[in-house]
Amino acid sequence: MKLILTEEQQFLKDTAQSFARDKTPVTHFREIRDSENINCWDDATWKEMVDLGWSGILVPEQFGGSEFGMAGISVIMQELGKTLTPSPILATSVLGVATINMLGSEEQKSNYLPKIVSGEVTTALAIDEGNHHNPFNVEATAKLDGDHWILNGKKVFVIDGASADTILIVARTSEKTGESNGISVFAVDKDSAELDITKISTADSRNYANIEMSDLKLEQKALLGEQDLAGETLEKILDLGRIAISAEMLGNTEEAFEVTVNYLKERKQFGVQIGSFQALQHRAAKMFCEIELTKSAVIAAMHAADENSNELERLSSLAKFQAGETLHLVSNEAIQMHGGIGVTDEYDIGFYLKRARVAEQIFGTSEFHQARYANISGF
Amino acid sequence: MEHLETFRQEVRDWLEENCPPSMRTPLVPEEEVWGGRNAEYVNPESKLWLDRMGAKGWTAPTLPNKYGGGGLDRDQTKVLHQELFKIKARPALNSFGIWMLAPCIIEFGSEEQKREHLPKIIKGEIRWCQGYSEPGSGSDLASLSTKAEDMGDHYLVNGQKVWTSYADKADWIFALVRTGPKEPKHNGISFLLIDMATEGVSTKPITLISGKSPFCETFFDGVKAPKENLVGIENSGWTIAKKLLQHERNFISNFGLAGGGTGSGADVVNIAKKYLGEENGGIADSFQRESITMHKMKEHAFGLTLQRSGDEGGKASAASSMFKYYGTEHNKDRYELMIAAMGNKGLGWTSEGFSDDEQAITKAWLRTKANSIEGGTSEVQLNVISRRVLDLPN
Repeated sequence: MKLILTEEQQFLKDTAQSFARDKTPVTHFREIRDSENINCWDDATWKEMVDLGWSGILVPEQFGGSEFGMAGISVIMQELGKTLTPSPILATSVLGVATINMLGSEEQKSNYLPKIVSGEVTTALAIDEGNHHNPFNVEATAKLDGDHWILNGKKVFVIDGASADTILIVARTSEKTGESNGISVFAVDKDSAELDITKISTADSRNYANIEMSDLKLEQKALLGEQDLAGETLEKILDLGRIAISAEMLGNTEEAFEVTVNYLKERKQFGVQIGSFQALQHRAAKMFCEIELTKSAVIAAMHAADENSNELERLSSLAKFQAGETLHLVSNEAIQMHGGIGVTDEYDIGFYLKRARVAEQIFGTSEFHQARYANISGF
Repeated sequence: MEHLETFRQEVRDWLEENCPPSMRTPLVPEEEVWGGRNAEYVNPESKLWLDRMGAKGWTAPTLPNKYGGGGLDRDQTKVLHQELFKIKARPALNSFGIWMLAPCIIEFGSEEQKREHLPKIIKGEIRWCQGYSEPGSGSDLASLSTKAEDMGDHYLVNGQKVWTSYADKADWIFALVRTGPKEPKHNGISFLLIDMATEGVSTKPITLISGKSPFCETFFDGVKAPKENLVGIENSGWTIAKKLLQHERNFISNFGLAGGGTGSGADVVNIAKKYLGEENGGIADSFQRESITMHKMKEHAFGLTLQRSGDEGGKASAASSMFKYYGTEHNKDRYELMIAAMGNKGLGWTSEGFSDDEQAITKAWLRTKANSIEGGTSEVQLNVISRRVLDLPN
């Protein structure tokens, strides 16, 4: 495994970089935040991303995708992360595609995947139920009643839950809470009567919802793949999600850092550029080192996913841990080094801090992944 | 690729025939080979292995054939290392000459110097040491004051160097000397090669907080060094010095990886399980388990970064400061975690009450404190990153 990008991946990254710079600079996010847009992303912009083929990067060619892999979508996420570009790419093109493609039957795949590629359908993966990511802590239930499934329970912090056309609900079909066995995933239309979707308002001004199922009645074909057996695959789907969000966080970090270093060169106090102070220089240099480590962890994880490496779990936890630690550090230092202007809403740097803390929570904090890494490694 | 596979087969056959059996067993410290005029070989097969590898030029695989090197390209060198690794071959030669001096002679030396010095370095006939730091010039290396006066056919050298590793065992020294006392400090330095057997050169070993060490003080008292031993142009030695420091940093940065650098080779997880006990197969103490996990994850990410730098075609550059800083700080952290995990067993000094391994870890812990000082302090590395990578103002 070489820790560099192929020519095609580099080309995709360059394309995404120009896209983010030209079409979705941070002002794009600010406009959406200050609007009444319930999606928290812009339809026309998403349409353009779809036209570039980004919705189908993980989709097999037979369903109209490009099969460009995790490296492909991760470099896009990284570039979009730099300008905090909101879009359905994580919930739909990573999680939705991976869930349907890895769990679904051929019929389900041909039903959903082409519509995802064309931008007709967006998805959300409803998994977490508590205040912290804990994927097998599933209390929501699905019980077979004659030829129907009946779902009950609550899901929280569902990414894009407020707008997704299809909600992918993780429910327990057997065994006890905490077990990885006995878990199944159902594809549900957002307009189902017994589905109560409540948009929540978060610090990062993105799209999340809490979802409640009260005797939600589903046809048998709503079950993705086989009953009870989603647990292990779900872990892999989440790993792909973790790698994608780590790439986005790397992008957040790189930009927040660059903006801050530039500020250190511009801002003058005591008659000199504040970047000449060693107290700030050494902190900046240490951040640089952590960012370099993050780049390596992210690129190793995305290649591991594409090569089906047996190191995937460890590397995805390493990437999310390192991306989380680094973004946490850099988002805090960015504010401090900007001084007073850094805590004003008028200045963009605060957006990175708000996005940082939410992203750190998504699919497990650094502590979560530290514990997971230790267990896998036998520490 | 095909020629590479042919090469691999050639290497394999040659090693099969030429690598003596005992050179495929784990290295014992007293059999480490550094070469030189006064080398003593505890194991005669070490000498045989050195001679064979040296004749082949594979002690310095990338250096040109015509100076005795292996003349291999990047891919071939990788193959050679892989095959050596596969048979667990010991390093045929440890050499500051190869690691630090040879790349500089190649870049800055005269044709005569290349022909004179490189073959002897590669064959391990001459052992080199490095004369950089002085009592008054540590981080501010360019303030050095060891004087070299132009006496026509030779320089007259007077002054003192410190932290010269293995000066008491080396045959020659590459030293930074002041040839232009009136020039601005960076512009009055020259890079001079001096035979340690010359009259007026003397050395004295330094004892560290960790005990005996290879470090010495080196004194020059009216030493005559022939003019042909000047590398590059007079008063432009600082450029060479900086280049050489990058090679040194790249070498030291491997300290960040478990088993690399100064240390006992012990694994922190195994140590923690042994001294703190196990619970469900893991380290029993949850707080220390957490710190150690964090450490191991950083190490994993750091290792990947070294790999990425290589995959990107990594040349010695400002990035070497990052590796030097991070690797040495990480190594210090490793030994702090290790002695913490060992409790009072991590604090032994002699064999009364402590095993050899335990004492070795205590000594190694103390020795790591020098890692972030030698070869440029951590603070200097951070300065380099700030200035050269981030372009922050002075």
